[in-house]
Amino acid sequence: MSFDFNTFKQVVTKGQIWKSMFRHGYTTDDRDRALAVLTNVFFHLHPVKVRKSGARFGFTWCAGGLSFFVFLTLVVSGILLMFYYRPTVEYAYNDIVALREHIPFGIMRELHRWGAHAMVITVWIHMLRVFMTGSYKPPREFNWVIGVTLLVLTMLLSFTGYLLPWDQLAIWAITVGSNMARATPFFGHEGPGAFLLAIGDIELVHSGDDARFALLGGRFVGAAALLRFYILHCVAIPAVVVILMAVHFWRIRKDGGISGPL
Amino acid sequence: MASLIKQFVNSICSPVTIFTFGTGFLILFLSFPKQFTSKWVSGPLAILGIGFFLFGLTDPHFRKIVTTPDNVPIVALLFLMAYFTWYAVRKAVRNDERLAQGKAPIEKEESEQKVLVFPYLIFIEFVVALFYAIMLVIWSLALKAPLEDPANPTISPNPSKAPWYFLGLQELLVYFDPWIAGVLVPTLIIVGLCALPYLDRSTKGSGYYSFRQRRVWVTGFLFCFWMLWITLICFGTFLRGPNWNFFGPFEAWNVHKVVPLVNVNLSDYIFIKWLGIGLPKQWFIREAPGFLLLGVFFFVPPLIAAKTFCRKALQEMGAVRYVVAAFLLLMMIAVPAKMYLRWAFNLKYLIAIPEFFFNV
Repeated sequence: MSFDFNTFKQVVTKGQIWKSMFRHGYTTDDRDRALAVLTNVFFHLHPVKVRKSGARFGFTWCAGGLSFFVFLTLVVSGILLMFYYRPTVEYAYNDIVALREHIPFGIMRELHRWGAHAMVITVWIHMLRVFMTGSYKPPREFNWVIGVTLLVLTMLLSFTGYLLPWDQLAIWAITVGSNMARATPFFGHEGPGAFLLAIGDIELVHSGDDARFALLGGRFVGAAALLRFYILHCVAIPAVVVILMAVHFWRIRKDGGISGPL
Repeated sequence: MASLIKQFVNSICSPVTIFTFGTGFLILFLSFPKQFTSKWVSGPLAILGIGFFLFGLTDPHFRKIVTTPDNVPIVALLFLMAYFTWYAVRKAVRNDERLAQGKAPIEKEESEQKVLVFPYLIFIEFVVALFYAIMLVIWSLALKAPLEDPANPTISPNPSKAPWYFLGLQELLVYFDPWIAGVLVPTLIIVGLCALPYLDRSTKGSGYYSFRQRRVWVTGFLFCFWMLWITLICFGTFLRGPNWNFFGPFEAWNVHKVVPLVNVNLSDYIFIKWLGIGLPKQWFIREAPGFLLLGVFFFVPPLIAAKTFCRKALQEMGAVRYVVAAFLLLMMIAVPAKMYLRWAFNLKYLIAIPEFFFNV
């Protein structure tokens, strides 16, 4: 008996399992194409139809969509890294070395690090595009604000991840970065105004309870900072980012889709 | 010949020359956008830029800096941003010409047609995602993620640098105290970006590339983005070496480079140099000139503008929006202004009250 591909295809695509997954055919009529979007939760981020100008690469540069895709690749590579990495001073550095030395075809860390840099860049490019097309203008003001928040969170994600390899590059970059918090007005012990917050001779803001201490969980970048940054990097900030991204994408639809001339 | 060029480049490179040249170029670019985005100008400029980069790669020091794994994305960023800025302005110029002829922007016609997302948009997204994925894998195979010695809190590297996207702020530490460079400026950047759509409410230029209708806003944004963000990041990444000293692109990072520090406070200038009476004891008298100067800077221009050339803007925006916009604009000017005061007069602080950690 010879194998007939068309018969095989018929059997598969007409069967109960296939039909339970895909509610549409694969013909090229408008109804099927609309259903392809409507019946797929991922494609359903999009409307069925968009302005022709909005579907132009030359208009959007696809920078926002690409930022989202880069984020997804970072989630995948990040989860894989979490299998190997323990956020303690004893193990962190050795785990990174092990990733490099012992894992076959070990580019997972590279994918994650270069992906992180790429995401910062794609988010900036996206902002440039949105600005240059005047897409922040009414009715999209608030979505621009959410976008700015996401931009800041993207950099904070990258910043918190920078500490995790626990090498010289990491702790000193975070030391330099977090030293700024010391100078926060009122809330940093070397910031202007902090001296005003005192009861008699007792300083309320000192190196043991100021903004930098809250960030690092200590007076210097140590074990507590590593754990804090790990949890911020892997759980806290991504959770906020995912929620804000959902709002960001939802608002694009609600504010009238990808912007176009009025 | 090559070494002569390198020496020449090193000798003219300094924060003030690069910043001034960059700002001048940006102004020129936005003053003649049509000419600068034509292939006869942008082509040679692109060749010049890429040519300089390729020429630089023949120099061991330059090569070492730009091929440091964490610096590679910034090189990519520089070329990508230049390309996309050029591209956006070129599209804006075309739309401006159409608008000047009374026609609608290019996007208008197509915005009235609709296309099915599947396959037309999904296809673009798929190709872009695929292209990115391939590029990322090649990038990851070619370049190892950096890993230095294990963390050691007792040995600090020289220079110690923040992650690259914060190096613009670290560069500002040369000119400002940490509470300004590390807290106030980033806060104002975020607040200013968030405030943007509530200040610029003109419906002109919404949803299509344009420049002439939004000249002020586009110029301001591109100045902040290019000069106060990307240029400063490039300073911090490529040109700041040991002890945060400035080095030319072909200059080896010498740990022992000595740079005289002769920065002087405004109060020193006034009370010691000009009046010759020595510094007053009370800080509020000592720093009165600085407070006066800042007060004049922040209050007089908006008031004069409100009565003269910004009268219409004030009416359209209302008092609150006008004040916020004026404050943000003046801060945007104040940052480079202080940098120029440092370069020109070695001015350290306008207001220096170390008693309260309050130095401006």
